[in-house]
Amino acid sequence: MPMYDLKINGKSYAVEVSADTPVLWVLRDHLNLLGTKYGCGIGQCGSCTIHLDGEPVKSCSLTVSLVSGKSITTIEGLSENGNHPVQEAWKEIDVPQCGYCQSGQIMTAVAFLDKNSNPNKEEIREAMHGNLCRCASYNRIENAVAKAAKKTN
Amino acid sequence: MSTKTTTIDRRSFLKASALTGGGLIIGFNFFTACKPEVEPSIDISQLNFNDFNAFIKIADNGAVTIFAPNPEIGQGVKTSMPMIIAEELDVEWKNVHVVQGGLDTDVFERQVAGGSQSIRHGWDPLRQTGATARQMLINAAAARWGVDAAECSVVNGMIFNNKGDKLGYGEVAVEAAALEVPKDVKLKDPKYYKIIGQNVQNVDIDEIITGKPLFGLDFKREGMLYASVMRPPAFGQKLTSFDDTVARSKEGVVDIFKFGNKIAVLATSTWAAMRGKKSLVAVWEDESPLESTKDHDKILLDLLEGKEFKTLRSDGNVKNAFASADQILERTYESPILPHNCLEPMNFFANVTDEKVELVGPIQTPKWTADRISKILERDLKDISLEMTRMGGGYGRRLYGDFALEAAEISNIARKPVQVIFSREDDMADGIYRPAIKYKISAAIKDNKITGYHLKEAAINNGMYDLVPNFFPAGAIENYQVDSASYKSNITTGAWRAPYTNFLAFAEQSFFDELAETMAVDRVQLRLDLLQNVKGTTDEKIQYSAERMEKVINTVVKKSNWGKVKGNVFQGFSAYYCHNTHVAEVADVVMESGVPVVKKVTCVIDCGIVVNPLGALNQVEGGVLDGIGHAMYGNLDFINGTPQSVNFDTYRLIRMKETPKVETHFIKNDIAPTGLGEPALPPAAAALANAIKAATGVRLTKQPFIENKDIFG
Repeated sequence: MPMYDLKINGKSYAVEVSADTPVLWVLRDHLNLLGTKYGCGIGQCGSCTIHLDGEPVKSCSLTVSLVSGKSITTIEGLSENGNHPVQEAWKEIDVPQCGYCQSGQIMTAVAFLDKNSNPNKEEIREAMHGNLCRCASYNRIENAVAKAAKKTN
Repeated sequence: MSTKTTTIDRRSFLKASALTGGGLIIGFNFFTACKPEVEPSIDISQLNFNDFNAFIKIADNGAVTIFAPNPEIGQGVKTSMPMIIAEELDVEWKNVHVVQGGLDTDVFERQVAGGSQSIRHGWDPLRQTGATARQMLINAAAARWGVDAAECSVVNGMIFNNKGDKLGYGEVAVEAAALEVPKDVKLKDPKYYKIIGQNVQNVDIDEIITGKPLFGLDFKREGMLYASVMRPPAFGQKLTSFDDTVARSKEGVVDIFKFGNKIAVLATSTWAAMRGKKSLVAVWEDESPLESTKDHDKILLDLLEGKEFKTLRSDGNVKNAFASADQILERTYESPILPHNCLEPMNFFANVTDEKVELVGPIQTPKWTADRISKILERDLKDISLEMTRMGGGYGRRLYGDFALEAAEISNIARKPVQVIFSREDDMADGIYRPAIKYKISAAIKDNKITGYHLKEAAINNGMYDLVPNFFPAGAIENYQVDSASYKSNITTGAWRAPYTNFLAFAEQSFFDELAETMAVDRVQLRLDLLQNVKGTTDEKIQYSAERMEKVINTVVKKSNWGKVKGNVFQGFSAYYCHNTHVAEVADVVMESGVPVVKKVTCVIDCGIVVNPLGALNQVEGGVLDGIGHAMYGNLDFINGTPQSVNFDTYRLIRMKETPKVETHFIKNDIAPTGLGEPALPPAAAALANAIKAATGVRLTKQPFIENKDIFG
């Protein structure tokens, strides 16, 4: 099996996996980075959202062979102590119900706010539309993104 | 202050290393919703809600650990149940550390998440647990001081006597554990609550926002194999033969074998297991007829017109009422099969060895599951351990434990630690679904009064459980009858968040809206007038309160600005009682590009004392949006025993852009708390449908709404 050098959360990892392995499973099964979640495997639910060179991507639909030399950020690498403004907003609003989708929601929100630090309501709803929350904590997710935007401004 | 007698026995108290109290319970009424083969074998009449023994541990430094007894599926009980213990124990919440209790078939019993009953049934025992522990700590301090315990008081984990001495809980914890368990303990008057009623954050919030491993799929064990299971592609089929030559050649695949009617593919990674399964070639044969939604629709409609009914409640004489009616309104309402779609797919870990059976994963019924695995593997229950992880959603699906049984069977054959993982496709195609149900409701109107009401149910597998026929409008209409008929399908069905009422509330609350139109009376006043007939009822089967229902209705009228909205806003009203909780909702819809869009739902809810308002609001918001989402989009069609959607590209769940703002108001009172995980869901669909009727003139009777071409194009 081929070896891949991956740069994740500022650290280098070497993994030996088949070329068609999605980054999601490399993170979860091979590197024990379990914050990135499996929900659908076809890029429809957003639970597996990570950043690839700062862009939000669905790691379930991204094969490992495509990410060499690129910089990956997962929920574990978002902040030292869980104190990224988006994480803080999530905590203050107490967003989660079951909590399973929330790392993907947070990663999508962070990438969005990096590009648009002062979004209106419609822009937030558009940006978060690709992330499913089966418990439907959508009102709080929307409020938390708005709150995080205020924190970063 | 009220006084209650506890029944904590000394034996269970002394099981803990320091101090024990405990609590756990759960009752439910909805296991009757299940198919016989997936029905948890719990005899509700045998449940004794005072028989509990979860733990409180108090360290020397006074730090308190409270074991959350019940499985956490996102309903917040890992936070709210310990809050209740901490309140009566009288410690500061910031000094409390909450740990998920494990399943211990000796020490812990009856740990179930279901039926929105954790808080309702836990309320007394959990308070008594905290209060008993508090009294023992006081007694220990009093003994050390040589004073009467009645002269001592506690504040925030400190015990005081009237001479000015003080001791921390931690200083007397060991002595307290050795004392007699007091028979009578005083419970706090709600007006002195310091924790209950406060906004307390989810105890796992820091772990969730930083991606710490909490869920079943996050559990890993050295040497663990990942198992992907091939199950029959259609309900009604069985395995005849399979060829695994190609699958075995796949990188990472370790073993493949048949168990029961399924094939397990074991591999060193999830991806390898999933890929291995895709390379399997299996041959299946029909064991029973393969069913389609089209067939179900006809069968259920025929049942509604037939005579094969079981009468669940009958008041007065419905036949006579209809015979003498001036006018009869009759409508049929239809609902599809729904999958649960927990975002964390079904999974479980098992490690079966000669010595023990270790089970870890997300499960709503840990005890029942451990019992069944004990029987299947012919292993002594004491050799079985079960650790409950946090659950990435439940909604009823994780009651059934089929995934845990698979893990145990596979590990038993492989004799290796194994994690069974459902792909999303497996999860949606191998469900224990919300059954498709149709209701036909008829009302007899005479002199512009409702004189008769007849509800007929036709359901796949099982009809409504026996509490439901006694919900509103039972007791409010003189001649009233509920009949149920069912069709036995080979498609597995079971409990889905607010079983039966999740659709029945839509049918009935839509019907009352139409009744008001037919009678040309105010739609809210019609419900209020009917409720007058229930006041002072002596019928013990009627558990809803006309007064509490009136109050939520009157409050939602006020809070939603009902009848006073202007311009392009159209409103729909709905009110419902289930899970011991009274709810009224108003949906605001506006027309955008000719299509109705729901913008806001005002929800007023009476669930008694709200233990944790922050968590409670989340449950209500989620329940309302879940109700709206599934009524709008949810549909799992079957053709020849096979579901036609197996992933989120073709199965539609509500997403953020489609969600209204939910504005929630709790009725404040000192009544013992009731269910909250489910009751906000059932009324939502009717509030929306009634608003859509107001906006478009089209009355919806069939879910999902989105398939109505007159409205949504």
